[in-house]
Amino acid sequence: MTGATTTPDRAEPSFRLPLPRPFFDRDTPFDPPAALREQAAKGPVAEVTNGEGTKVWLVSGHAEARAVLSDTRFSSDLRRLVSRMDGLTDEQRDDLMSEESSAGSFISMDPPDHTRYRKLLTGQFTVRRMRMLEPRIAEIVDERIDAMLAGGTSADLVAEFALPVPSLVICELLGVPYEQRAEFQECAAKLLALDVPISEVLTLRDRLQDFMRGLVLQKRRAPGDDLISGLITNSDLNDNELVNIANLLLIAGHETTANMLGLGTFALLEHPEELAALRANPELADRAVEELLRHLSIIHAGPSRVATEDIEVGGVLIPEGSTVMISVPAANRDPGHWADPAALDVARERGPHLAFGHGVHQCLGQQLARIEMTIGLTKLLARLPGLRLAVPAEDVPLRTDMAIYGVHALPVAWDAP
Amino acid sequence: MTVRADTSVCIGAGLCALRAPKVFDQDESDGTVVLLGQPGADDLPAVREAVDQCPSGAIELSGD
Ligand code: HEM
Ligand code: SF4
Repeated sequence: MTGATTTPDRAEPSFRLPLPRPFFDRDTPFDPPAALREQAAKGPVAEVTNGEGTKVWLVSGHAEARAVLSDTRFSSDLRRLVSRMDGLTDEQRDDLMSEESSAGSFISMDPPDHTRYRKLLTGQFTVRRMRMLEPRIAEIVDERIDAMLAGGTSADLVAEFALPVPSLVICELLGVPYEQRAEFQECAAKLLALDVPISEVLTLRDRLQDFMRGLVLQKRRAPGDDLISGLITNSDLNDNELVNIANLLLIAGHETTANMLGLGTFALLEHPEELAALRANPELADRAVEELLRHLSIIHAGPSRVATEDIEVGGVLIPEGSTVMISVPAANRDPGHWADPAALDVARERGPHLAFGHGVHQCLGQQLARIEMTIGLTKLLARLPGLRLAVPAEDVPLRTDMAIYGVHALPVAWDAP
Repeated sequence: MTVRADTSVCIGAGLCALRAPKVFDQDESDGTVVLLGQPGADDLPAVREAVDQCPSGAIELSGD
């Protein structure tokens, strides 16, 4: 922890921030940044120069994004880029490339390695398995709303609801004690900053690994009725693999849905007609969730890939070795694909949005996320009468500084019962 | 119309089972697509949606 606070004598390379800052700065809370909209209007695939002089191919068209994401010649192994990162010490480079650091992290692997790990897990995340969790998720959501109601008529929806709900769910699924959330939530929050120096990434990664290693060892001795114990008993994964897989699920499982719940509620409150339509017709919840996923596109800095050969996309040749970044916010509003893309329409016909990605890495937890959002939003609207912002919309702090977009806090109020 | 499913490319994302549960299910152990039967005329819109959204191209609708 102390290492992160010493000032380096020169700027250390940032782990993320694939595009210049303006591509993340918002002029409105729900729409893609102006710089991104302008770039997307010029064409679906273009090379953009980052402030640091590195170049990134930005894919903003819907068809082109699907093409890249379903073509495994675009590799997810971003470690290929590490070797080219300037300013890393040899030690840091070796560390990032080490077995301990990357074992089991299938989000950064290509087939067939990716396939092997993914198939170990998909059986646990099927539509049917997730439906079985619905009653328990509803209970967790109700408990959080009970606590908010008991606390008065106002709250920060992020701290009291949006973050706890998916954290409680994923903790229970994995068998991670929720009481220990301070440790992993703090690490995740820092790790997911857009502009985080490599040395800090390594420190935080170590902390998360230590945290999970303790838990894995404990479960090896005394397995419980949870996903991690199941992996220990039913697979031959080693400890490094188990630790990294469990941490991937833990972080991907709470930071994402949390931001959809927070930003999604904010968007509904700022679109009163849509909110009224959903209140009047809760049957629309499924569609509303898909539309919020599309409209808000909280993954605003990737997915990213590396071209393993020269590949043509949308008539543009992307040379071997290039970094390619998909812009989910742009693709999900591509006017060539969506009618009236800028409108939030909770009754919109469902379509193939890219909020969960596409291709072999498409989100493993998507059915869980859908259920959490559907139940979470439906119950919020049903049980907090007169739900409204407690501050002017301009004062809601936006997560333009984070890899996963959303709101840092959402002060809300509701009518006394 | 005939549906075909290729479990070797399926990544078990479950969109098919979500959109057209009468036609598709998922294997209990590895989550890959299980074809429950061929779609009736009523099922076709849902099957088309599933085919359109399947992230891996594992399911296909063909014929007239
Ligand atoms: C609204 C919530 C969520 C959003 C927007 C989201 C988005 C995404 C996206 C865009 C990817 C693709 C990454 C890539 O192509 O490189 C992904 C992958 C992944 N997500 Fe989610 N996710 C959400 C919720 C969850 C939840 C609840 C889990 C819990 C288990 C989860 C676990 C994962 C995992 C493990 C991967 C990697 C899959 C692979 O590489 O095969 N996600 N997610
Ligand atoms: S939608 Fe496609 S990838 Fe997902 S389970 Fe069905 S066939 Fe497999």
